[in-house]
Amino acid sequence: MAGMTIVEKIFARNSGEERVQPGDFAVVDVDLAVMLDMSFLATERRHILKVHASDKIAVIFDHMVPAADKRSAEAHAYGRDFVRRFGIRRFHDVGPEQGISHAVVADRAYALPGTVLVCSDSHTCASGAFNCAARGIGAPDLLAAVTLGQTWFRVGETIRYDLSGRLQQGVSAKDVFLYLAGAWGHHTNQNVEFGGPALPGLGIDARRTLAAMSAELSAEFATFEPDDRLIDYVRERNLAPFTPQYPDEDAQYAERRAVNLDEIQPLVALPDSVIRNSVPVDEVAGEPIQQAFIGSCANGTLEDLAEAARVVKGRKIAPGVRFLVTPATQAVFSAALRWGYIATLMEAGAVVTPATCGACFGGHMGVLGPGETCITASTRNFKGRMGDPSAKIYMASPATVAASAIAGHIASADETAGGAA
Amino acid sequence: MISGTVWKFGDDINTDLMLPGPLLFAGEEAQKRAVFSANRPGWVDQVQVGDIIVGGLNFGMGSSRPAARSLRNLGIAALLAESINGLFFRNAVNFGLLALECPGIHAAFEEGQTAEVSLADFTVRNRDTAALLKAQPIPAMLLDLMIQGGLYPHLEREGLIEPKAGRG
Repeated sequence: MAGMTIVEKIFARNSGEERVQPGDFAVVDVDLAVMLDMSFLATERRHILKVHASDKIAVIFDHMVPAADKRSAEAHAYGRDFVRRFGIRRFHDVGPEQGISHAVVADRAYALPGTVLVCSDSHTCASGAFNCAARGIGAPDLLAAVTLGQTWFRVGETIRYDLSGRLQQGVSAKDVFLYLAGAWGHHTNQNVEFGGPALPGLGIDARRTLAAMSAELSAEFATFEPDDRLIDYVRERNLAPFTPQYPDEDAQYAERRAVNLDEIQPLVALPDSVIRNSVPVDEVAGEPIQQAFIGSCANGTLEDLAEAARVVKGRKIAPGVRFLVTPATQAVFSAALRWGYIATLMEAGAVVTPATCGACFGGHMGVLGPGETCITASTRNFKGRMGDPSAKIYMASPATVAASAIAGHIASADETAGGAA
Repeated sequence: MISGTVWKFGDDINTDLMLPGPLLFAGEEAQKRAVFSANRPGWVDQVQVGDIIVGGLNFGMGSSRPAARSLRNLGIAALLAESINGLFFRNAVNFGLLALECPGIHAAFEEGQTAEVSLADFTVRNRDTAALLKAQPIPAMLLDLMIQGGLYPHLEREGLIEPKAGRG
């Protein structure tokens, strides 16, 4: 009998089955259900009468923080009342513990290896970096998880990515994602699993970027193999016990794909889609931009801010460019202050905003107007995603976005640094 | 059996095209009016209750937003696509939109032809060409939710949420 992949093992554990395989329908216990400010919008919410277990719920306001309008303010007030009614301990309101849910879950290591985590946001797969079976579900699904403590998954086949080598300087996990999306396209109904000899050299932030962006591959689950670096990270932040899950040696994969990180070059996704839409930066270099954005659950990490600061250090952004930087959590913001990244970015002309999903979903803090062009290190470049549908959104790494802000047009970090990068 | 007139869409149709970000806070009626406004303006005035959408690969990629609900509210009788994003499929279950994956569907239909869907054996027939296709079966529990109005009525019956929306 063939072995199981990481998510199959987690599903088996949480469904009480000995074995789970592709094609199965699994009803699983949920270890953590994360609710957002969007869960409490007056036009969308339902009034919850009982919860399954308040210690298996976290409430994290992130899409519209601080409240951007009357509707979000009302949703926040209603959410605070929900937190009081059910005694939710893990609550992240506007304040020093504010942040984008997937990033808060990472900062605090709420996402424990080997567990099931759900949230009504599509980029919940970001917690796959922590060896979680984590995925975005719908708002009604989330209410079921909160009230019943369970959810369902259709078990898909898994594509295994074996990563080897090491990223060159100026190349980031975002470029790895753009390479995967460009080379292999969508992964609808499939899981992706990441492992291989490159893992120890790949930071937790980089893994989070890759896991978060797997939503854009249309992957069901995106899960990293656990290693010492991950386990140490979690133990430093969360005292709760956990059992990491490794794939069986004879796990059945639909396909194994080798990716040599040494060979990855900076890429840009052209507007409207990331599926088979990546080109080398040089191909679009010179395209004028009005906005450059670095942020979101995928690219608001400390490593992303460090990379952006490295590129812009001692330089000024081009006239006519709005360079917006949104740290993913206030904790990341504080750390970036201590490291001097925020000063460097602001001296270059960046506007640094509080932690929020903000501009990434066209909500607030950097919405695009008609006909504008933006280069973004965030999650999506769909038509109309960040504002007016006539705006063009290119997607790239934080380094490429920062270099473009300096140049006033799409540019590679190498080029703006005179080849010094 | 369900039958309806087909509207065709391509690959990678994303949630933001069905439910644009600025409408996230606007309520169901306004959301319904905005479906495909960026890629096919005016379509909401042409589509009729009972019509069927035929899509390509990776239909519904993107956000967890309730885009499937907007299609249901327009009266779409079924979504038939080569493949459907897993999160969009969940919301089809959640909000009671019949959604089936059906390999070969995109080539088998021209816009305006009539599709007949049988849930007894998960087949789709083109009434105009008589082409017959096999759809991927759906677990009974999920199919029941899809055709009986989605998940909220179930949670209401279980006494887990209040029967009416938007209290407070």
